[in-house]
Amino acid sequence: MREIIIISGKGGTGKTSLTGAFAHLAADKIICDLDVDAPDLHLLLQPAKERQEEFYSGHEAVIIGEKCDGCGLCASLCQFGAIKENGAGFVVDPVRCEGCKVCVAFCPTAAIRFPERHCGQWYVSSTRFGPLVHAQLFPGAENSGRLVMVLKQQARELAKARGADLVLCDGAPGIGCPVISSLSGANLAVAVTEPTPSGRHDLERVAALCRHFQTALAVIINKYDLNGDETARIEVFCHDENYPVLARLPHDPLVTKAMVQGLVVTELPESDFSRELGQAWSRIEALAGLGR
Amino acid sequence: MIVAVASGKGGTGKTTVAASLATIWDGPVLGVDLDVEEPNLNLFLHPVIAGSEMAHMTVPMVEEAKCTYCGACSELCQFKAVSVFNQVILIFPEMCHGCGGCMAICPEKAISPGQRELGEISWGRAGDVGFLSGRLRIGEAMSPPLMRRVKARLDQMLAVTGGDAIIDAPPGVSCPAVNAVMDSDVILLVTEPTPFGVYDFKLAWEAFTPLGKPMGAVINRAGLGNDAIYRFCREKGLPILAEIPYDRAIAEAYSRGRVIAALSPGLEATFVTLRDEIRDLAKPSRSREAAHA
Repeated sequence: MREIIIISGKGGTGKTSLTGAFAHLAADKIICDLDVDAPDLHLLLQPAKERQEEFYSGHEAVIIGEKCDGCGLCASLCQFGAIKENGAGFVVDPVRCEGCKVCVAFCPTAAIRFPERHCGQWYVSSTRFGPLVHAQLFPGAENSGRLVMVLKQQARELAKARGADLVLCDGAPGIGCPVISSLSGANLAVAVTEPTPSGRHDLERVAALCRHFQTALAVIINKYDLNGDETARIEVFCHDENYPVLARLPHDPLVTKAMVQGLVVTELPESDFSRELGQAWSRIEALAGLGR
Repeated sequence: MIVAVASGKGGTGKTTVAASLATIWDGPVLGVDLDVEEPNLNLFLHPVIAGSEMAHMTVPMVEEAKCTYCGACSELCQFKAVSVFNQVILIFPEMCHGCGGCMAICPEKAISPGQRELGEISWGRAGDVGFLSGRLRIGEAMSPPLMRRVKARLDQMLAVTGGDAIIDAPPGVSCPAVNAVMDSDVILLVTEPTPFGVYDFKLAWEAFTPLGKPMGAVINRAGLGNDAIYRFCREKGLPILAEIPYDRAIAEAYSRGRVIAALSPGLEATFVTLRDEIRDLAKPSRSREAAHA
């Protein structure tokens, strides 16, 4: 079984639009949206949910007013500034609480409850391109890295059960915990970049992250015709660092046109964009050792 | 006043808006990059860096000679950063959130503060605009601890210079994004009128509304996509403070590292109006009126 993850560093370079098209082009696969924080792949794939599970992660402190004697020890121990005196007594700000349990452990009157934190939901759905494993972290919730691990585990089990030889994942922007979690066990990361100072800079950081975790990386330059000089600089970087450049895709409103219709770009009539993307997918299959 | 420029979906124009606002601001202003995973504000403001320092957080270090393997630390730790079994204690500093619980609870005082490198904080000036930025170490999973340190320095800098700050926040709606906006006075949500842009905008609105801060929308690439974003803003009573047209010339200027407020008198006027709208939104009277409305 192979696992391919589409990442970018910078947001808005086209990860999800391209993942949707690859989901259309790939043969037997399980599709997985690992951008659990702001997932968008379902907007292209219109999944029918077949299974829904609640995601709990960690705990949060809640002060029981009647039991609290107002000593303030909890507030002085809290490293996150999450406990404040609000006039009526001490209260925990759930946005700042990290769920470390220090206040619970030291409260002399055992006045702090520590319930589990309900952080989101995850789903297994069917789509016109095959099964999709996806999730929605509740807005403002934390621990997306753990939810990413849950989704990957589900996708792998599903792939095994259905005899699929590929798990195709849409990743999150950035280089932090959800991206680090999504790289673990991946055979190939594909970074989608754009020829802008931010696109190039963020590609360099996400490439360094892949090196750090020893994940193979290939690059797609989206909107390459926006700035020829920047595209050339990205190509030099990829050449020097030995990252294959899989495709140069033009800046084309076609991608948005497809999105507005709830379609992926390869479902529209054939274009330069879709032809180049088709070639990119063949290269990805070869690099990931698929179909051998 | 601290203005946080946030989004939900990445690549909608947060940095473009933050850089443009900073350059047309009237009075002392600091441009602050809190997108510590992928900081880009410097690529547009081109600051002269005056200083930098490595930021660290406190993580446990164990003096094994003093440890009796009682397990109080590992029982308390919620993040699997300390593990005790039989006669072995193991510390996983990269898992630590820095709560200090293990040090406080150890009956033998066998755990002392060590350090984990989070990344770099740098500061300087770009003309009239002050600059402050965090840059996460490659491989570091948690951005909020570094963001907290950047914000502490921001408070120090504002205490000296006075004036306002414009924060470039990370994308998304989970802990890093909430950390970036929670100490601001006004939140600006930048989006594009595409299905992805609208969906993530709604998530951002849901995530940030409980913070109880005045919010306004900036619609970038107006003319692209559809009108769903306008309907959503109208429904929620969220003011649209500015629209930046979908224009390939703007995208090309951005690709050359230009600040788009400087591209044309029309765009400059858009950002000057946006600045005034933000000031108006931040006025306490305005939020009281909104609460009564």
